[in-house]
Amino acid sequence: MDKRQSTELLFELSHPGRRAHRLPVCDVPVENTLPASALAEEPPPLPEVGEIDLIRHFVNLSTRNMAIDTNFYPLGSCTMKYNPKRHERLASHPGLADLHPLQSDDSCQGMLAILWEMQNLLAEIAGLDGVSLQPAAGAQGELTALLVAAAYYRNKGEKRSRVLIPDSAHGTNPASAALAGFDTVSVKSNARGLVDLDDLRSKLDDRAAVFMITNPNTLGLFDDQIATITDLLHQRGALVYLDGANMNAILGITRPGDFGADMMHYNVHKTFTGPHGGGGPGSGPIAVRKQLVPFLPTPLVVQTGERYALDFDRPKSIGRVRSFFGNVGILLRGWLYIRTLGPDGLREVSENAVLNANYLLSRLKNVFDVPHGDRCMHEFVASARALRRERKISAMDIGKRLLDFGYHAPTVYFPLVVPEAMMIEPTETESKETLDAFADALIRIRDEDADFLHNAPHDLALSRPDEVKAAKEPILRWRAD
Amino acid sequence: MSYVLNTPEDRRAMLAAVGVSSIEELFEKILASLRLNRPLHAPEAMSEMELTAELQRLSEYNRPAGDAVCFLGGGAYDHFIPAVVDAVAGRSEYYTAYTPYQAEASQGSLQAFFEFQTLICQLTGLDVANASLYEGGSAVAEAVLMALNVHPKRHKVLIAESLHPEYRQTLATYLANLDLQLQTLPTPDGFLDPDAVKRAADDRTLCVVAQHPNFFGCLEEPEALAKVVHEAGALFIVSFDPISLGLLKRPGQYGADIAIAEGQCLGNPMSYGGPYLGLLACREEFVRKMPGRLVGQTVDRRGKRCWVLTLQTREQHIRREKATSNICTNQGLMALKATVYLAALGPQGLRETAELCVRKAHYAAERLTQVPGVRLRFDRPFFKEFTLQVEDSVPSLLADSLERGYHAGLHLGRWYPSLDSCLSIAVTEKRTRAEIDGLASALEDRHKGEANGIPTPSIRGGRVRQDNRG
Repeated sequence: MDKRQSTELLFELSHPGRRAHRLPVCDVPVENTLPASALAEEPPPLPEVGEIDLIRHFVNLSTRNMAIDTNFYPLGSCTMKYNPKRHERLASHPGLADLHPLQSDDSCQGMLAILWEMQNLLAEIAGLDGVSLQPAAGAQGELTALLVAAAYYRNKGEKRSRVLIPDSAHGTNPASAALAGFDTVSVKSNARGLVDLDDLRSKLDDRAAVFMITNPNTLGLFDDQIATITDLLHQRGALVYLDGANMNAILGITRPGDFGADMMHYNVHKTFTGPHGGGGPGSGPIAVRKQLVPFLPTPLVVQTGERYALDFDRPKSIGRVRSFFGNVGILLRGWLYIRTLGPDGLREVSENAVLNANYLLSRLKNVFDVPHGDRCMHEFVASARALRRERKISAMDIGKRLLDFGYHAPTVYFPLVVPEAMMIEPTETESKETLDAFADALIRIRDEDADFLHNAPHDLALSRPDEVKAAKEPILRWRAD
Repeated sequence: MSYVLNTPEDRRAMLAAVGVSSIEELFEKILASLRLNRPLHAPEAMSEMELTAELQRLSEYNRPAGDAVCFLGGGAYDHFIPAVVDAVAGRSEYYTAYTPYQAEASQGSLQAFFEFQTLICQLTGLDVANASLYEGGSAVAEAVLMALNVHPKRHKVLIAESLHPEYRQTLATYLANLDLQLQTLPTPDGFLDPDAVKRAADDRTLCVVAQHPNFFGCLEEPEALAKVVHEAGALFIVSFDPISLGLLKRPGQYGADIAIAEGQCLGNPMSYGGPYLGLLACREEFVRKMPGRLVGQTVDRRGKRCWVLTLQTREQHIRREKATSNICTNQGLMALKATVYLAALGPQGLRETAELCVRKAHYAAERLTQVPGVRLRFDRPFFKEFTLQVEDSVPSLLADSLERGYHAGLHLGRWYPSLDSCLSIAVTEKRTRAEIDGLASALEDRHKGEANGIPTPSIRGGRVRQDNRG
């Protein structure tokens, strides 16, 4: 029996006549005179629950999540670092949270000052010239930057139809390129897990608009050919885009602009610790080189004397990719983080993120295959391919069994270039003891019985949901019988 | 203070285990010539106390809704947020979790998102809803791209001029490099005339996008619109106000094929524009064309009911350039807030909230049009927002009203040159009769040329009084 109360679906808890919110009596002497033809006969059939049921329901459900605040969460590519509590308190300050997006610039000078400084900080960290804080998430940042690139070439009168993308890239890269109207061309990785320069050269011609690179890449490797790569692209008149998902490895150490990137996006919810919220919100600002700045979305924050303003007068701008300014609540948390850390603290983040990952790698390199060497940046990819071949144990089995030990699973089956991939990113906010205990658990799991692992997890309320059934006979909502 | 736990001893032990002598050595793949050999230009680190003081100092240059009475709308609204919403969303088991890829470790989020999808279906009267998009503007773009997936041979997109101008701009930006023709249908009388749609729509028309209630606050004629759109074989996409559905007919009832909305009003603070959430619901037959995450119900190996992310073959991490959308991160926490909000209100609470909005907005319209020189611009029924035409300069009226303690409205001339003498005013259930009367008096005083009755707040004097979100 489930001892947690009120965990049925809200709709099953519903009891006609109950409610958890009451409105004040109407204080104006006017009736509702909307035409009957516009009105529904009944309000929507929402559930009817009392306040204590509602709270028990969601509090009990919350205990069925693993989260950074409850468990080590080494999910590769996601940078699951600690989310400081001060950010939650300060970002909900009513002097910020209760600002309307369309109120006059004069009535939100404090907010604009913060956003202006954030633009400048992100430009400095990128080593680039202009920043738009508008994109709502990394994928929207990619799309925005590619639209900027398209507008840049259109303005120059050049027709360039292709975006080149390494085969180890995040799926958002090709999806964003297609949405921006480009054809995508996949570039192979070499045996070292880096860009295959020969393949890149063979696919590079005057049709190339942008090369999208993730550096450090999704294997956790810094591509040491980067200067050659960016030179190759620039010689052909193409632009280099940096997918900034892995910025946590290089803060204050090297800058995308310095290694030849012309455009990039940040994931403020990763690198600058906006909480992930169970899948969002994120924030995906982009930084670009000087020649691309005129094409950035409107508005940008500008400073004139002591006054800040939103600048909409940007005739070459691509327009906008969303309504209003951006995911300001997350940008604020990023700003609070950068201001808390200062320049030395930012560098310390990357140094320790890389140290933690390398330490964990040193503990695991003889336990699992590590196809791309025994050094990494902020994350590394191990492979269960030998276990799979010899004992039919998959990366998924290992990930599921880790849940029993109280660890969230690594990212599995990504990047696609490594079979049975387990992508592990410990972040800088974990201790050596945590890393040791996690490594010990993995070592123990490796030696466990295969059938036992196929049925993991064993100690959670749930084990191995039937995903095929979910997709074949989709039930995407509750319905009254 | 970087939240790093490694002590110097830890570092030494870890470096030794790795087999290097310094942290520097771990970065040897980065050529010296590419290194930043100076500290980043950023302000020095701050303690929590200093940071709190700095934020307080900066916030005093702002005039939030609690400091000046907020009659601003245009897609973001000062609705009341019940405490239960923040109590739930403030649980870090929710807000510090990632996307629920590992179902066994994410049932809390997954069940909540399944409930969210169901609530949005109940709200809209449509069959399926996704687990959220970024916000209202990009939701319009995603809906049009989804329509294109349904009708790949059709290329003409008709949009009402009464659709939020920033949504229209977003759509134009998204479609800039795709082979689609965008045509804006004028709405000189404050609504989209179904006959004009009938004239413009043909067998190349992919979809018609309207907003109901529209950007001017007016009600459209959604049933008549659905009819003419469907006669052309096109899809009817509607942007709706979730609160309005406490009273108004639901998109599924009047024939919308895809309904999208800005969901900020469902328990999310205005937060200067984000994070908000986009809602998207549609008819069952389009489910495999939908953008974004979907949570589905299934059973585990012991037969227990549970929830998982499903139909992921639509998504970018599987389908890459052939995905239905590039969206990955969505607005999960905002969807959770909307879930708690809708469950807290229930059908009666939502209806009463909508009723209060309508009645107070109409009282405000009545009261404000008694001010000399002020009249309603459109002779149309409206929900919680309405458009006034005034005789004096709108920017100066708005600046003056702010001095008197009111964010009085939005200058429509900013987006519509023909409405340069107009402002739109939004009235939520939070506005009181006294506040509405106060705004009317302020405009009357201004008309009489009287000095304002309250001391002029200086730009520095942000006087953050209270957390008005209750």
